[in-house]
Amino acid sequence: MKRSSTRWIAQRLAQMLLVLWVIATILFLIFRLMPGNPLVAYIDPTFTMEQQRALIHEFGLDLPLWQQYLIFLKASATGDLGVSFFYRTSVSQLVWQMLPNTLILTLGAVIIAFVLGTISGAFLAWKRATAVESVGIPVALALRAAPEFWVGMILLAVFSFTFSWFPSSGTADAGAAYTSLWQQLTSPAFLRHLTLPLVTLVVYLQGLPLLLMRSNMLDVMEEEFVVMARMKGLPERRILLRHAARNALLPVVTAFALVVGYSLGGDVVVENVFSWPGLGRLLVKAVAAKDYPLAQGAFLLIAAVAILMNLAADLVYTWLDPRVSYAKR
Amino acid sequence: MGNTWGVLQHDRFALAGVCLYALFIAVAMAAPLLSSFDPQQTIMQGDQLMSNQPPGGTFLLGTTNVGRDIFTQLVYGARPALTVGFVAAFFVALIGTVVGIVAGFYGGWVDAVLMRLADVAFGIPFLPLVIVLVAFLGPSLWNIVLTMALLLWKDTARVVRAQVLTLRERGFVEAARVLGSSPRRLMLVHIAPNVLPIALLYGSLAVGWAILTEAAVSFLGFGDPMRISWGYMLQDAYISQALSSGQYNWFVPPGICIMLVVMAGYFISRGYEELLFPRLRRQ
Repeated sequence: MKRSSTRWIAQRLAQMLLVLWVIATILFLIFRLMPGNPLVAYIDPTFTMEQQRALIHEFGLDLPLWQQYLIFLKASATGDLGVSFFYRTSVSQLVWQMLPNTLILTLGAVIIAFVLGTISGAFLAWKRATAVESVGIPVALALRAAPEFWVGMILLAVFSFTFSWFPSSGTADAGAAYTSLWQQLTSPAFLRHLTLPLVTLVVYLQGLPLLLMRSNMLDVMEEEFVVMARMKGLPERRILLRHAARNALLPVVTAFALVVGYSLGGDVVVENVFSWPGLGRLLVKAVAAKDYPLAQGAFLLIAAVAILMNLAADLVYTWLDPRVSYAKR
Repeated sequence: MGNTWGVLQHDRFALAGVCLYALFIAVAMAAPLLSSFDPQQTIMQGDQLMSNQPPGGTFLLGTTNVGRDIFTQLVYGARPALTVGFVAAFFVALIGTVVGIVAGFYGGWVDAVLMRLADVAFGIPFLPLVIVLVAFLGPSLWNIVLTMALLLWKDTARVVRAQVLTLRERGFVEAARVLGSSPRRLMLVHIAPNVLPIALLYGSLAVGWAILTEAAVSFLGFGDPMRISWGYMLQDAYISQALSSGQYNWFVPPGICIMLVVMAGYFISRGYEELLFPRLRRQ
């Protein structure tokens, strides 16, 4: 029985906006109240007091806090995220430019990790109580326990420096540039640059779908309809694929968007290891340089992507499983 | 609930996890005995700075590019790792448990407010926020711990709350209430001990998360510059071009240590998970 789905979607959207507003407010407070003169990043100490005051006025830092806040809210709502202290260009422009690189890396990694992880998880469930399982599980756990940037460092050292199979940084060879997104996506140079960071993220992310799928399969395999299928004499593989896997899959699908959300954290770190020009690297550089507007903008966009993904997950889940009642929330 | 120690006897993995913890704790405490150098000390032999020495001899794992002994750093690095891990995990488990008990016990608007709070936090990417907050509060170990305690409690709270909801209806709680026990006594004496295994489960998971987060934050350069942690070692190696010069002796060991300690946490938590949710799926 489906409840009013439009109302539910509207509710979730409102909740999403609420969260974004809370985050934006927290960010605003953090950055304005941060100790240390924010302009120190690019104001030459040889500037006269006159010039410094002019710059402060230009950035609106001499207004009372509540006024700055209202200006900030209004501007953010219209997509104007201010001007970067460092780069002196619009923050929206900068973060928007970096967004595709982050999305390609993160979404690509999550998709591949889920496909591989789900298959491996089902496989491990099948191989219950065998040597394969007693080796497989610790290995999966070990890969989840290893810090992603460390795995990235090792891959970088081995495959890029020791063996020179892959480039060591960026999305393009030095001096080269891509003319359009499509050209970038289909160029072999880009794919070569993408490989190592992608593999690093996949290694880290595959643990969750693997363990989840395995545990679900084990539960499902003990349920009555599976026992029934076995008694009917159906071949083991058919039971596995047609009956067990399909039911085990549903929670894994929900986990998908959640994992995109938390993979953004791993992405930040991987982008830094491989100097991948995405939002994560931008965020770190901005924070290190005390470039508040840029750091704010980068973080807001990262958070927005994460929250959108959660919303998408909920939508997909309810679409897939009409038994879910919204009342349960 | 009395199975808290029983788990360790039955589950080999959980036992292995505890042994690993014990090993690292021992190493952390015995650090000065294991190495005669100081982790920050740049070592000279005669006039020569012992930089980039290969492993072997006096320098079990070689030296860094400014002549510090890697093995020493590794051994001392256990201290901040375990400190961050256990302290953060303790607070995460504590806050989560308290919130869960209060929300589940009182219900009503208290419950609604607390769970709304948890929901708002849901979907905020964790590491980026830690970066931003740590950069704001300053690069110190305790700020990292504080930030994590502030952000990670919601999973624990949710599960504890669910458990409290079932416990609330059970006979012995009803009986105690009828006999006139105060709410606080009910919560402390009757409910809390029964949610202890959950707290331990999430606590041991949180140790791993905390250590990984501290390592990531240190790697990005926002860590505590006064403490040589494993994350710091990895950052040091990275920016000193250890990758291109193939100094695997520098950057591989710290990662292995992190991995082992985090795995120990996973093993222990799996042991308690079996106890608490014998056939339940993990979400």
